Amino acid sequence: MKRSHWSIPYVVFMAIFVVLPLLLVMVYAFQDGTGHFTLANISRFFTDSDALGTFAVSLEVAIENTLICILIGYPAAWILANKDLNRSAVTIILFIMPMWINALMRTLATAEIFNMLGIPLGKGTLLFGMVYDYLPFMIYPIYNVLAKLDRSYLEAAQDLGATPWKVFWKVTVPLSMPGVTSGVLMVFMPTVSTFAISEFLTNNKIKLFGTIIQENINSSMWNYGAALAFIMLIIIGITTMFSDDNENAEEALI
Amino acid sequence: MKKFFAQAYIWFLLALLYAPLILIAIFSFTESRVLGSWTGFSTQLYANLFSGEMQESGSLLAAVENTLLIAFVSATVSMILGTIAAVGIHNLQGRKKQAVSFLNNIPMINPDVITGVSLFLLFVFLHFSQGYLTVILAHISFGTPYVVLSVMPKLRQMNPNVYEAALDLGATPAQALWKVLVPQLRPGMVSGFILAFTMSLDDFAVTFFTRGTIGLETLSTYIYADARKGGLTPELRALMTLIFLIILILLVIINVRQAKTQKANE
Amino acid sequence: MAATEEHIIDLKHVSKRFGDKVVLDDISLYIRKGEFVTLLGPSGCGKTTTLRLISGFLAPDEGEILLDGQDISGIPPYKRPFNTVFQRYALFPHLDVYENIAFGLKLQKVPEDEIEKRVKRVLKLVSMSDYEDRDVESLSGGQQQRVAIARALVNQPKILLLDEPLAALDLKMRKDMQIELKEMHKKLGITFIYVTHDQEEALTLSDTIVVMNEGKIQQIGTPIDIYNEPVNCFVADFIGESNILKGRMMHDRRVAFIKHEFDCVDEGFGEDVPVDVVVRPEDIYFTTDPAKCQFKATVNSCIFKGVHYEMWVDTDTGYELMIQDYDPYPVGSEVMLYIDPDDIQVMHKERTRNVFEGEMVDETHVEMLGGVFECLPQEGIAAGDKVRVETKFEHVDLLDHQEDGVIAGEVHFLLYKGDHYHLTILTDDGDHIWVDTNDIWDKGDLVGINFAPKDLKISKRDEA
Repeated sequence: MKRSHWSIPYVVFMAIFVVLPLLLVMVYAFQDGTGHFTLANISRFFTDSDALGTFAVSLEVAIENTLICILIGYPAAWILANKDLNRSAVTIILFIMPMWINALMRTLATAEIFNMLGIPLGKGTLLFGMVYDYLPFMIYPIYNVLAKLDRSYLEAAQDLGATPWKVFWKVTVPLSMPGVTSGVLMVFMPTVSTFAISEFLTNNKIKLFGTIIQENINSSMWNYGAALAFIMLIIIGITTMFSDDNENAEEALI
Repeated sequence: MKKFFAQAYIWFLLALLYAPLILIAIFSFTESRVLGSWTGFSTQLYANLFSGEMQESGSLLAAVENTLLIAFVSATVSMILGTIAAVGIHNLQGRKKQAVSFLNNIPMINPDVITGVSLFLLFVFLHFSQGYLTVILAHISFGTPYVVLSVMPKLRQMNPNVYEAALDLGATPAQALWKVLVPQLRPGMVSGFILAFTMSLDDFAVTFFTRGTIGLETLSTYIYADARKGGLTPELRALMTLIFLIILILLVIINVRQAKTQKANE
Repeated sequence: MAATEEHIIDLKHVSKRFGDKVVLDDISLYIRKGEFVTLLGPSGCGKTTTLRLISGFLAPDEGEILLDGQDISGIPPYKRPFNTVFQRYALFPHLDVYENIAFGLKLQKVPEDEIEKRVKRVLKLVSMSDYEDRDVESLSGGQQQRVAIARALVNQPKILLLDEPLAALDLKMRKDMQIELKEMHKKLGITFIYVTHDQEEALTLSDTIVVMNEGKIQQIGTPIDIYNEPVNCFVADFIGESNILKGRMMHDRRVAFIKHEFDCVDEGFGEDVPVDVVVRPEDIYFTTDPAKCQFKATVNSCIFKGVHYEMWVDTDTGYELMIQDYDPYPVGSEVMLYIDPDDIQVMHKERTRNVFEGEMVDETHVEMLGGVFECLPQEGIAAGDKVRVETKFEHVDLLDHQEDGVIAGEVHFLLYKGDHYHLTILTDDGDHIWVDTNDIWDKGDLVGINFAPKDLKISKRDEA
């Protein structure tokens, strides 16, 4: 038996549990309550100012979160990967460890701290909480790529006349892009689609896109909910096509 | 000099990252309902956690048990399914390989809300009543890709003739798999298992949508429901601290062992 | 363009340590403008370290590095007028061929049209003109090599540094590139400093070879000098094939080895002095004329090597010699051999016996080399005295199991000397012990070391 046939069980499994569900989302998105084809759900989204507003807010928060994570996380990853500045493996582990503690727990912990300190919950706390939650996911892949970076590239750049500053911008940063891409993938979309986190951190004042999907499904408005999910799928599809460096991004993860 | 600023930056970030956890840990040793007020040192919360006497903490314990059970079962199945799949994919060529790899990546790229909603619709469509089974199936579907991803590099590093050598020496495919492939792939399988396990432990949205209405709670859903009711159950503080400690100890052990094997190899 | 006498690089008493390990030990050398110099030696000899000191990626612990007479030790690599071709090319994967080569020029803010001219010119020099827009990952090893060379040369450096650039190529490609590099050097006229462990490569390419071992320079000379007149056993063994034999200089121009006496051309060694003798396998000739015959031997093995036959013979005096000849001789046959005086190279013995520094523990025990050894009681020497311990090479006991010896070590270097092996042992403490033995050991074998008490000659050492 050819070993390539060993993949068949998994392909069947995925067909049922990955492909079919997504197809169903599409089906429901384009159906009304009686099972007829309709574009009403989709058009409803584009006319519902609330939904559009939420969508815009979600995108905004996601972009801000991603950018802040990169701004804070890249230097951290760079320092951790730089043998001259950091020899301790402990610090690296300490940055990774929060990823293994339940995300909801960490968010709740943050919310409780805000409560305790008397800081009112709102956009500021939301952003802070998001960065807090997602920072390790940005640091880890960037660290991985930087740590594996072949030092001879940096030396070659210096040999050709680049000062340390130039070496960083012209060689280190471009070559670390797969790690950044991986980090962005792990931060951007999840931010748009989370719902529990925004509930906790803003006392439900600010809703994110994930929240309205969840609300609709829960109140049995499956068609509209599916439509919203479908729109999110399109966005994911677009963003994945932009980052065709997917293979490298995978390497950054493991 | 540069080193000083660099280290300061790192430790400042770490302090921020861990401040909430440490605060929670501190306040797990006091009984007050409200986080922030210290009513004297006490380990009552920990006792409550395990005694299951208080009604709230009772179901908390059940939630923890469910979480662990689901994680363990789904991660194990993921590990087996994923390893066999990885071998299969590794031996595919060209278009087919690309297609299957793409399929494999989908659960990882999809936000958990989408995965949750889509699986919810699936189970409705199939008239599956939702409960333990559906949650476990759902977790397997998003855990297996991580196993595949962990095992593939090991397959690439492995000598391609090893499997044929086993067959040449008289092993059946199943024997070859067990006696030859698995030992070589074990590190990848283990890290895949750990990843799948972690993803399952950490999951909220998928579980939320696929658990149905029988009252199945995992840790995440429990916390969600609890927070909606207004504020942390105090016992949760004790639980969080315990989890934090366990993970810390595990990581220390792993690292000490890694450092030891590195020294031995020098 | 021939090298001038001007020194472009001077290294004066340069030393470098990595932690406890001394990687370069008081190195001094100079490089002439325009010449092709090769640093040659086995792994770990310090050649790459020397190159990195010149290029600026390492700083010396002691000594000076001068460029045209000026000390450059403080200047960072990006300010030095040199360019390096790295061992694994280090081509930037995120840039195509053109941009890789233009990298240095862009940093110097050279105008675009000038960049284009120079890049095209250098691509022509390395025969890669059509590859401007290619991805570097799509190139073969040899092609990447040329791009790396082009990238370095386009900046018109004063010195081109090459760190084992051909190591990753297959044999044919390597030989072709060697010829191209040599022609490039002739054409460009700039100084080339080349690092390799391949002695054939060094002999082919260089104007001057610097042979290094264990952080020290062994010999500097032209390829012909180094090949024909190695100054010590290491160089003789490292370069080409050799027969290295223990000998005795009877007087000027007369040396004895393999229990025969020969005329030779070396003088100035003194009378009746122990020496080492080198004879290249291609320099031992067969004859059928009894008048020319200097000694006889029996052929032990004969292997066809393509260019010549390689034969091992047992001499009538019990020594094994390697001979290379265009004609084969049948195994078992008795042959008559002679050697021309010109072809006998006599070298000073670096040492005639082991000399260690130690301290007496008591009347019958001396501490040295990190262990305590039994010895015979010595008159006039008491416990605590600092002593010098001498022992002959053949009086070192090597044991298969490290635990059976007083101290332990590893076989570091092997030299076959016709009728015995001359080993260099590196002890766990880092000391060198030289051993003559007929037992067969391999480089890297772990050994235990001991001495028979009567073989240790002990004398008092003055506190210097």
